[in-house]
Amino acid sequence: MPREQLKDLQLERLRKTLERVYHNVPFYRQKLQEAGFEPGDLQSLDDLQKLPFTAKQDLRDNYPFGMFAVPMSEIVRVHASSGTTGKPTVVGYTRSDINTWAELMARTLTCGGTTKNSVIQVAYGYGLFTGGLGVHYGAERIGASVIPISGGNTQRQIMLMEDFGTTVLACTPSYAIYLAEAMEEMGVDKNRLKLQYGVFGAEPWSERMRQEIEKRLNIKAIDIYGLSEVIGPGVASECQEQKGLHIFEDHFLPEVIDPVTEKPLPFGEKGELVFTSLTKEGIPIIRYRTRDITTLKAEVCSCGRTHVRMEKVMGRTDDMLIIRGVNVFPSQIESVLLEIGDTEPHYLLVVDRKGSLDELEVQVEVSQAMFSDKVKGLETLEKTIHHRIESLLGISAKVKLVEPHSIPRSEGKAKRVIDKRSL
Amino acid sequence: MMVKQISLFLENKEGRLARVCRILGDAGINIRALSIADTSNFGVLRLIVNQPDTAYNILKQNGFVVDITEVIAVEVPDQPGGLAGTLEILEKKNINVEYMYAFLGTTSQDALVILRVENIAGAVETLEAANVKVLEGEEVYSL
Repeated sequence: MPREQLKDLQLERLRKTLERVYHNVPFYRQKLQEAGFEPGDLQSLDDLQKLPFTAKQDLRDNYPFGMFAVPMSEIVRVHASSGTTGKPTVVGYTRSDINTWAELMARTLTCGGTTKNSVIQVAYGYGLFTGGLGVHYGAERIGASVIPISGGNTQRQIMLMEDFGTTVLACTPSYAIYLAEAMEEMGVDKNRLKLQYGVFGAEPWSERMRQEIEKRLNIKAIDIYGLSEVIGPGVASECQEQKGLHIFEDHFLPEVIDPVTEKPLPFGEKGELVFTSLTKEGIPIIRYRTRDITTLKAEVCSCGRTHVRMEKVMGRTDDMLIIRGVNVFPSQIESVLLEIGDTEPHYLLVVDRKGSLDELEVQVEVSQAMFSDKVKGLETLEKTIHHRIESLLGISAKVKLVEPHSIPRSEGKAKRVIDKRSL
Repeated sequence: MMVKQISLFLENKEGRLARVCRILGDAGINIRALSIADTSNFGVLRLIVNQPDTAYNILKQNGFVVDITEVIAVEVPDQPGGLAGTLEILEKKNINVEYMYAFLGTTSQDALVILRVENIAGAVETLEAANVKVLEGEEVYSL
């Protein structure tokens, strides 16, 4: 669709969405009134900036059904997050929403290469999590043969993959690696598998991890993106060119904002991804702050698709540091270390303020692959890390090599940052 | 003609060297020679021990980054200019010494030094051709 036409469609759909939330969701009515904005005020897509943001906390505060824009009789499905950090966030779908979702997932899978001849093994979890059922409905819409195995049960996954001739694997990227390891342990001959490609999402993963999956499973690894608050998987997907994820803009309006000033950023600049839904009925969402960091690009993809693309998500605003005015994500440091070492690095960022200047120290555990018994070799390593960080982030960091296991481990999410600044 | 040297990464903080020595001592491993190359942040400890493979495994199990490097042990005349003469032999053949350190105990009249060079085979050949005694690993471990 030509972009001008797309913009008209987006504007029309945005208007309907605003009407819907203004009249049916007290939360949005109040927010819009506070912002002095009525649905009729919408003149162009630029007015989007005047609308209030929605945060994850807003969904929690309105637990369970406060954000729904239709009565429960219209809701045909409910999904929810795991709620590990409090009450789960609940989302509801009307029959039309389920249809849209299946259509978007069919697009996602087609983008990657699924056809009606594919045999797709859905190893995303089924249940309240949107991954399993999301992919399932999309695959059925295409007419592929679906193996709804859900997550876990690794040996059985591998057996079915062999016996059923699975061609497409759908799961989280980390589970794909786990499956590859299990196959290696079991001595499975990967050349006998019919796997061609995989659709991987639900967690951030690096280019390096992609290379590893592609090499170890001998497949093409496609990144897909979505989150339940927006719809689930099916918000954006890579095509076979693997040059960014096409955002399905006829259903979701993307923005990138500066997470601190909350001002919109132009295409090409890195910031927090924000989505407004354009067609959802059950739980429309206005300017939802995803916390994911990415860049949008408008150029037409070499596959021919005209929708805006987002870069692979590598960081979240939750763990962003601001050092001397520069936004720094631990994942950026991690990518530098991954390029240099051979294994997953253990590192710690220590930020302190000396006088009026912030100082960043990057502590890196020396791995076997990095070690050299020549001091010069280790000093070169320190300098290389220093230079790469400087060229990537534009700030100078002190690099300190430390002994293995000297950085404290945690059971859950690794602690990557110590901020000693008293601001 | 090669000697196995254990090298490991140490942070510059108190007690680290003592800990390595204690681990080796408790395992009944005897240190024959050692050197530390250090910077303000870290050091590289290089050791010649009587049981290099065992020492390597034990240090590894204790969580150190440790490596085995091949070096050569050479006898040099224990007199003024003794070391210079030996090094000049290598210099003439353009063999660069990356680092070296002295060995602690010897049985002969001569002193022993440990040399780390890029081209071990070439160095050994050159030294032997000049009648310099290069020791076998087993000779060194049991000194």
